Amino acid sequence: MAWVWFHKFGSPPHFYRLATRLTPWAAWPALLLGLAGLIGGLVLAPADYQQGDGFRIIYVHAPAAWLSLMVYVVMACTAAVGLIWRMAVAHAVAASCAPIGASFTALALATGMLWGRPMWGTYWEWDPRLTSELLLLFLYLGYMGLRNAIDDVPRADRASAVLAIVGVVNVPIIHYSVIWWNSLHQAPSVMKFGQPTMPASMLIPLLLMLAAFTLLFAALLLIRARGEVLQRERNARWMLEALERLSTHDGPPTRDGPSAKGVLVGR
Amino acid sequence: MSARASFASAAALLMARDLRLALRRAGDSLLPLGFFLVITTLFPLALDPELSQLRDIAPAALWVGALLSSLLALDLLFRDDGQDGALEQLALCGQPFAGLLLAKTVVHWLLTGLPLVLVAPLAAIALGAPYGAMPGILAAVLLGTVCLSLIGAVGAGLTLSLRRNGSLLALLVLPLAVPVLIFGARATALAIAGESLAAPLYLLAATAVLAATLAPWALAAAVRIGLE
Amino acid sequence: MTVNLARFFAMGGYAVYVWPCYALAALVIGLNIVAARRSLQRAQRAARRRLEAARGAMAP
Repeated sequence: MAWVWFHKFGSPPHFYRLATRLTPWAAWPALLLGLAGLIGGLVLAPADYQQGDGFRIIYVHAPAAWLSLMVYVVMACTAAVGLIWRMAVAHAVAASCAPIGASFTALALATGMLWGRPMWGTYWEWDPRLTSELLLLFLYLGYMGLRNAIDDVPRADRASAVLAIVGVVNVPIIHYSVIWWNSLHQAPSVMKFGQPTMPASMLIPLLLMLAAFTLLFAALLLIRARGEVLQRERNARWMLEALERLSTHDGPPTRDGPSAKGVLVGR
Repeated sequence: MSARASFASAAALLMARDLRLALRRAGDSLLPLGFFLVITTLFPLALDPELSQLRDIAPAALWVGALLSSLLALDLLFRDDGQDGALEQLALCGQPFAGLLLAKTVVHWLLTGLPLVLVAPLAAIALGAPYGAMPGILAAVLLGTVCLSLIGAVGAGLTLSLRRNGSLLALLVLPLAVPVLIFGARATALAIAGESLAAPLYLLAATAVLAATLAPWALAAAVRIGLE
Repeated sequence: MTVNLARFFAMGGYAVYVWPCYALAALVIGLNIVAARRSLQRAQRAARRRLEAARGAMAP
């Protein structure tokens, strides 16, 4: 049956093992791609003809902004899966998304402001993108606040899942309403990030950074989700195995992929 | 009569009951209205009392006031029924729960939204809006409060089981209400300027329709979780 | 070489804006890694405590 993988994914021991095994496969490529992107973006890419070297902020701003949205969508989708199929693992993944997404939303805001100072002449402009980003941060904070307020984990899972779904329906509406609101005042939008025709020397580092941030998110998510899965688990047997292996081997055996002793890999 | 009443009669009974209960304590339902009036009064006091200047901030004052007072009113929506077990009865009575909660929300809007609709144009006049703007503002606040009641109900459902939920409710609901604020304030501004406010009104109406179709399901899910 | 490096760090006059961005990004990423690992370790410790408590309860 095609659904076997689905049920397998939903079983905590299987997920825990899989997440442990996959983490280095996300973390190390993230590091390599990030380094390549940094060199390409900071050194090799030429200065922008309008924004000079100031445009190099895009190599951290755009990936952070991309993550802020993607993490919310991932959170809402996994929350919906958890709500519909009552799958604790999916809830664990959704719960792990929120702090990561909120921190990258804050990063996108901060870097957007630092970019705005030389380009707009002010740190804060009621630019539709920055404003939407700020509202997205509020949505994350609301999600985390709701989770925090409910002590019972399964109930927090289900309530916050409803909120995440309501939020993800609202995100595009909020975004377009903010654009609509801003277009009326027609402060001629100065320069925007991401001109449509970007030379390859600028674009490739950007794509590298986008890939690096996405993989970094995957690694962080896998580490956090393992903790969340453990927290939700009451069945002792597989946990015993997972924890025993931890104390005897100091990391998974080598057939599980690259060494897990790396900096990025939680043990 | 059949053993199981039709949904329409059940919803009508529920609405009549809610209305009766609320009218017995009409003061509670009118508190948000008083709050709205106080807020709109505070704006001129914080500024110059010149009408020409007030006119510029009138949309902001009206809609921020409407948003905050609708937030305050949410406390009334499920508080008593959650405490005395009436919500559990509703969840178990065999009728579509989402529909019953929608009926409750409609009553809530009648009690707290409708007074706002009637008073908001007057408040706008006090803030310097011309008389000609009254129908436009009335229409905008009508659609806007419907949206706010529906969105707010979801937030109230999510925080049903929590003790001190005031500021959390605000954090949950206010970002979701941003489109309503934007469209409503824009419609009000256009009405005051004497221009056509069709575009923001259509957008408000679309938001209201969307909220009315989706919010009941989210609300039912949220309340069920709160009751577990 | 030193001139090149100085030019690189000057970022065409945008150094005050570019480098804080990258520093912030490094900070956010670093904190995320630390926080993720700590939350996992905390969950593992809690799980171990739970298991030991269960084992203690089973042994007469």
